[in-house]
Amino acid sequence: MLPLTWDIVVQGIGEVGKLIFFVAVAVISLEVVAYLILVKWLKFKNALPFMLMLPALAGVAILILYPFGFNIYLAFSNMSMYRFKEFSVGWQYGISNLLDVFRVPVLQRVTFFQLFLRTFIWTAINVVFHVLGGLILAILLNRPMRGKAIYRTLLVVPWAIPQVIAALAWRCEFHYQYGFVNILLEKLGLRAVQWMSDPFWAFIAVVVVNIWLGIPFMMVTILGGLQSISPDYYDAAQIDGASGWQQFRFITLPLLNPILTPAIILGVIWTFNNFNVIYLVTGGGPMEGTDILVTSLYKAVFEFYRYGFGAAYSLVIFLFLLVFSVIYLRISGGFKGAWEA
Amino acid sequence: MTSMKSQETTLLTTGLRTYSKTRRKAMLKSAAIHFVLIVACIIAVYPFLRVVSISLRPGVALLSTSLALIPKGATLDNYRTLILDKDFTVWLWNSLIVSVATVLIGLLLAATAAYAFSRWKFPGRRQGLVFLLLTQMVPPGMLLLPIYIMVVRLNLFNTYTGMIIAYSVGSVPFSIWLLKGYYDTIPKELEEAALVDGADPLTTFYRIVLPLAAPALAIAGLFSFMTAWNEYMMARVMLQKASMFTWPLGFQKLRDQFTTQWGVFSAASVLVAIPAMLLFLYSSKWLISGLTLGGLKE
Repeated sequence: MLPLTWDIVVQGIGEVGKLIFFVAVAVISLEVVAYLILVKWLKFKNALPFMLMLPALAGVAILILYPFGFNIYLAFSNMSMYRFKEFSVGWQYGISNLLDVFRVPVLQRVTFFQLFLRTFIWTAINVVFHVLGGLILAILLNRPMRGKAIYRTLLVVPWAIPQVIAALAWRCEFHYQYGFVNILLEKLGLRAVQWMSDPFWAFIAVVVVNIWLGIPFMMVTILGGLQSISPDYYDAAQIDGASGWQQFRFITLPLLNPILTPAIILGVIWTFNNFNVIYLVTGGGPMEGTDILVTSLYKAVFEFYRYGFGAAYSLVIFLFLLVFSVIYLRISGGFKGAWEA
Repeated sequence: MTSMKSQETTLLTTGLRTYSKTRRKAMLKSAAIHFVLIVACIIAVYPFLRVVSISLRPGVALLSTSLALIPKGATLDNYRTLILDKDFTVWLWNSLIVSVATVLIGLLLAATAAYAFSRWKFPGRRQGLVFLLLTQMVPPGMLLLPIYIMVVRLNLFNTYTGMIIAYSVGSVPFSIWLLKGYYDTIPKELEEAALVDGADPLTTFYRIVLPLAAPALAIAGLFSFMTAWNEYMMARVMLQKASMFTWPLGFQKLRDQFTTQWGVFSAASVLVAIPAMLLFLYSSKWLISGLTLGGLKE
């Protein structure tokens, strides 16, 4: 007998059908109200685009803006597992929550500054290897050669595998006795490594997994950029006697910039925010030795039930990301032209 | 006469020699490139081949230190156990229904909003687009707690409805960017002609623009589907009942019994990963253009 029974299917479709019907009714009534107010009453000039955006605006307001505001509110509360329903709100709680972020361990032992440094190292190592690996592979692939399509397809596999599966499978492979990593090391005459009980090696393990996962994205993006560079530039450079390195430095890199900039920003944000890989491969352990900011945030809230503290902590993390992105966009001229369509 | 001839032959042989030298150099270079690429491919693919190999191991040889890709006594037992004795199909069904509903709601919200961003130069348009980008910067986990509290208070904990609500808006900003970029490429003249013929703007949108944008809608839908389908963290918070688990949660449960269920876990991974990989390979070129936010169009 299949565990998936007819009843489960019918029930599921019923529940989801009801929800979609409800959403449709909500959207229609919202539009009717907006029509009456904006068009009939206010005769608003931009009524039509506004009405077109209204459902999305409402969705973003309910599920992004409201939770965001509620999160700030929670940061000023003493909410925890014991005070889930009856919690109090006040400046004093907000201030002590914020100070606690820097003052007391975020989890049991690891402090904010350790986590911040570790997140920085984690992001830097990963992004550097992603870009270097992606660049090398893309340059090797960017030429007429036999088997190019096959290489490309195989090299994209780590990106194509669902991340959860890749992370869980890698975790098994770092098993001391039965994982292939140690078996290979021993075959090469090296000593097996205690991947999951030594914080240093555990950190190496998650970095290896994440580098493996992230190179294909950079490779494909950079390859797309390389293919859009006209070969005329290289022909001209060769006539002028430019060396291979000079061609790379003065033609390839500048012309890749418009592709590399957004790719690196995305890469940094994804790596900084990468919860799945660390949480599923090491769980942040051993001894909180591989936790980064986002995994410790999750654990502080959902494993240590420090809700008010967690809310304040998430605001601090968000501010760091925001400042980074703004600075980077200013320096690089980022998404110029994206809205001048 | 003879001296000239010998001179000619020496010229010819040195010419040939340098030619064969550059040719050998080119061949060496090409061999080196192929070698590097082959090594890279092995590194990229080997971990997944291992998963396939472990899924074929018979129960008695589950824990072995053999690296053989086709294990001794290969069997499909793990797949049978997975499908008949585990809740695998229920997990897939839960993931499927949640993802499909998420896509439907997300597209409903994104399709019209992107049209407004593409066609009207209203005040606040630019800020709106930047704001959508900013929402992508919110760390995962930041909105998790408030949304969790909302869902618990609405009594939607452990339900499809709660999951779908939590997921529905997540990929809307990305979809709006992707669809806006595509609408921008549809010539306005088409709509202007329809408006001259007396159609109202909404009919024009549904009858002319939307059908033309079908490929972009499909891609946006595909990506929000993949996002919801592969999501782990939100599901972990929102679902506690094993019968409501989406597949990532179920898989983690299997993996936690690593020493006894490694083969079953691997079989499950193979069954989910192969369709996902095919879908991904088929659609990745559109993903790139969407990720670079249409900001790079020449």
